[in-house]
Amino acid sequence: MSEIMFFAFRNAKLRMGLIIVLFFLLLGIFGPMISKYQDPLDYVGQGYQPPSKEHWLGTTTFGQDVFTQLVYGIRSSFFVGLVGGGIATIIGLVIGFLAGYEGGWLDELLMMLTNILLVIPTLALLIIVAAYLPYRGVFIQSIIIGLTAWPWTARAVRSQTLSLRTREFVNLARISGRSHMKIILYEVLPNMMSYVFMVFILQFGGAILAAVGLDFIGLGPSRGISIGLMLQNAVLWNAIQLGMWWWAIPPGLVITLVVGALYFMNVGLDEVFNPRLREM
Amino acid sequence: MLEVEGLKLYYKTLKGHVKAVDDVSFDVNDGELLGLAGESGCGKSTLGNGLILLKPPMNYFGGMVQLDHTQLPIDDFERMNDFRFSKLSIIPQYAMDALNPTRKIGVYIREVLQSRGIDPESIMDKLLERLKFVNLPERVLKMYPIELSGGMKQRMVMVMSTLLNPSLLIADEVTSALDVSSQKAVCLMIKGFKDAGIVKSLIFITHDISVLYQIADRIMIMYAGKVAEIGKTQQIASNPVHPYTKMLMFSLPEVGIRYAHGILSGIPGQPPQLLNPPTGCLFKERCPLRGKECDEEPPVVNVEEGHIAYCWKVTQNA
Amino acid sequence: MLKATNLSKAYSVGSLGREKFYAVDNVNFEIQEREIVSLIGESGSGKTTIGKLILRLTKPTSGKIVFNDLDITMLKSLKEYYKHVQGIFQDPFSSYNPIFKVDRVFDMVREEFYPSESVNSWKEKVTGVIESIGLNPKEVLGKFPHQLSGGQLQRLLIARALLMETKFLVADEIISMLDASTRIDILNILVKLKERGLSVLFITHDLSLGYYISDKTVILYRGSIMEYGDTEKIFNNSAHPYTKMLLNSIPSLHQKWSNTDASLSGRSAPVGYCKFYDRCPLGDERCKNIELRKVEENHFAACKNV
Repeated sequence: MSEIMFFAFRNAKLRMGLIIVLFFLLLGIFGPMISKYQDPLDYVGQGYQPPSKEHWLGTTTFGQDVFTQLVYGIRSSFFVGLVGGGIATIIGLVIGFLAGYEGGWLDELLMMLTNILLVIPTLALLIIVAAYLPYRGVFIQSIIIGLTAWPWTARAVRSQTLSLRTREFVNLARISGRSHMKIILYEVLPNMMSYVFMVFILQFGGAILAAVGLDFIGLGPSRGISIGLMLQNAVLWNAIQLGMWWWAIPPGLVITLVVGALYFMNVGLDEVFNPRLREM
Repeated sequence: MLEVEGLKLYYKTLKGHVKAVDDVSFDVNDGELLGLAGESGCGKSTLGNGLILLKPPMNYFGGMVQLDHTQLPIDDFERMNDFRFSKLSIIPQYAMDALNPTRKIGVYIREVLQSRGIDPESIMDKLLERLKFVNLPERVLKMYPIELSGGMKQRMVMVMSTLLNPSLLIADEVTSALDVSSQKAVCLMIKGFKDAGIVKSLIFITHDISVLYQIADRIMIMYAGKVAEIGKTQQIASNPVHPYTKMLMFSLPEVGIRYAHGILSGIPGQPPQLLNPPTGCLFKERCPLRGKECDEEPPVVNVEEGHIAYCWKVTQNA
Repeated sequence: MLKATNLSKAYSVGSLGREKFYAVDNVNFEIQEREIVSLIGESGSGKTTIGKLILRLTKPTSGKIVFNDLDITMLKSLKEYYKHVQGIFQDPFSSYNPIFKVDRVFDMVREEFYPSESVNSWKEKVTGVIESIGLNPKEVLGKFPHQLSGGQLQRLLIARALLMETKFLVADEIISMLDASTRIDILNILVKLKERGLSVLFITHDLSLGYYISDKTVILYRGSIMEYGDTEKIFNNSAHPYTKMLLNSIPSLHQKWSNTDASLSGRSAPVGYCKFYDRCPLGDERCKNIELRKVEENHFAACKNV
């Protein structure tokens, strides 16, 4: 394990990705503290203001501070990504591992469930669920997203597990008396770490985008801001056409950088986990 | 006939050149089947492929190859197209996967021929005759590769690679994935190509010397990218002189040899790294006869008529 | 010591899995203490499936396997069984988890079977066993699988089996992926272990390897036993046409192939017929319901001509 850490820190791609992600994570956590304004939705100045000392990233059409919105948005987007993407990844992993490794009737049952969920239009489901909820916060939104986004992860993990399960080292672990749980955790999972991480990245991005979708149809957080909401508002109020780049570009750039950095980490992790790639 | 002189084929890697085939010279006469044997990583497959399909990361680093007294531009992938298939041909190691799965076999053969500028109709009779030669029914031409068994696919590839009567045919480990019973049939079939005059010369690459004893006219043993010994089959089988050949042949069990009657022993150690290999004889680390002179490049010793070995410790037979 | 009775393993094939394909079909054999038995067969003969059944990596469709009076066919807790019965597989590189060092296969044995053993005394044991099979512990421990040769990896797996109280070893084609010059040393190790009390089921497609090391031989074709008995008798006085054909096809360094051709005949074997009926030169309507018959003492063959 210490060896993996050693190679992890030596890997430039991983380091770079990690630095970018950490930068935005810290911005999301501490940004609201350094911002001059406490409420991202407050009308704190004149509208249409380009970046200035007063408003670091200018203001919206209505005079809200874009920087404040951005840092709060980063915070909630990270939250949705982590919780929603996390839930989807974990459910997908558990179901994929069980179905792929145990096989038989359990496999059939779990895959039936997965396929049913895959064909139900997620958006319709989300609308129904959200409509029944009296109160909607970012947390509830994340959970709803997480609970509906896992099926394709489960299928992908299952097929990976199926191929790993036939490898001799799994047989060797079995005749070493290892339990199924331990084999999945210690033999199969480590070989899929970079894959799991990639799945998480996609789920992370997917959750953020799903949140944008929900925000758009009015099922977003009852109050608050997110990167998706910012983008949506910027588009809605013709920010680009009006030359308000400071409203439209930063949220888009943040999403691009964060997801791009996660991809970089993924490639780096592949090199760390695969000793063959490591030596190059 | 094929003449190879001082051929060097290296793999370019980030760390340097892997000398997979290093200064190899040999020839194959008309009507001759040369068996090429050695362990994994000895360069036998690189040599076979390099003669016909040289492409990066494999690189040409010198030497000369002549087929029927014409120099082969083996380092020029495009110009080699004039020779491939018509003058020299290969049955690849994974012949089973060499057919296009989305085309019926007959259609595929047509396409291949057309891409070489050959009218398929003019060759139809020959194709049917060859199918008969390898015991395949005519209807395979109307089938998809998936409908054929592994052995049938392999025979199909054999037919295709010899369709234009190439002067030289290279068979690369074609029997290593086969069962003993089909191995025998395939070996005899390949030898049959030569005996029937369909191809003039044959190089048969394998890791199994006993297979070569069955079908080869001459045997060449390679070790760590170099030639260890070349001789007529009988000479190699009954009088191996290079220490490597000797030890290798004494490590092979055969029906008739039982542990209880005498223990065979393997060759201790591992073959050397071919990235920055040591100087001198490459077998010296594992050789019981090692002496000081082995740090120098070993000389070619003419043991007897047609039998040579690259070794300091071998003496010429009077 | 280990006895298989009417052992069968069927897989469902065809549309909706209605047809059954018998990978192992009603096989009976017995392996005694201090005995090496070779299980010889071509690809698709079911030899690997038999190995997996013994190691309980798969369960039989019918029949049973008894190890020292213990029926393991449907055994729930296998840990105690695995202490005594171990296996080594064909592909050394796939037998190790590629992202961990090779030492891990030894650590796993300690964790699962001997958790009370201290790390240091275990390390000593591991070093000792590795030395006993002719490897230098310093050269192999702490390495990743791809840094070692196939031969070294297979030896390490033998060492792993020796760390337990292994009495029975399933060796499934363990040298078929190794180089000729290093193969024989592994066979010699197996024989030495036999002399120290181990029994081995040596699964191979190579008759000469089987002849070299085994006391008894089982010849398998399409899931059924064709011939069974003392190795010397099977090879020198073979009774089954299939065995004869195999022996005829082996390339030898001293004798050229005779011209009897090993080609395939086109007919297929009807249900109930001898499995070799499709390729047998002697096949006729009498080849039905053939059971193993005694040829001589410790030598059985399933052919009408016996």
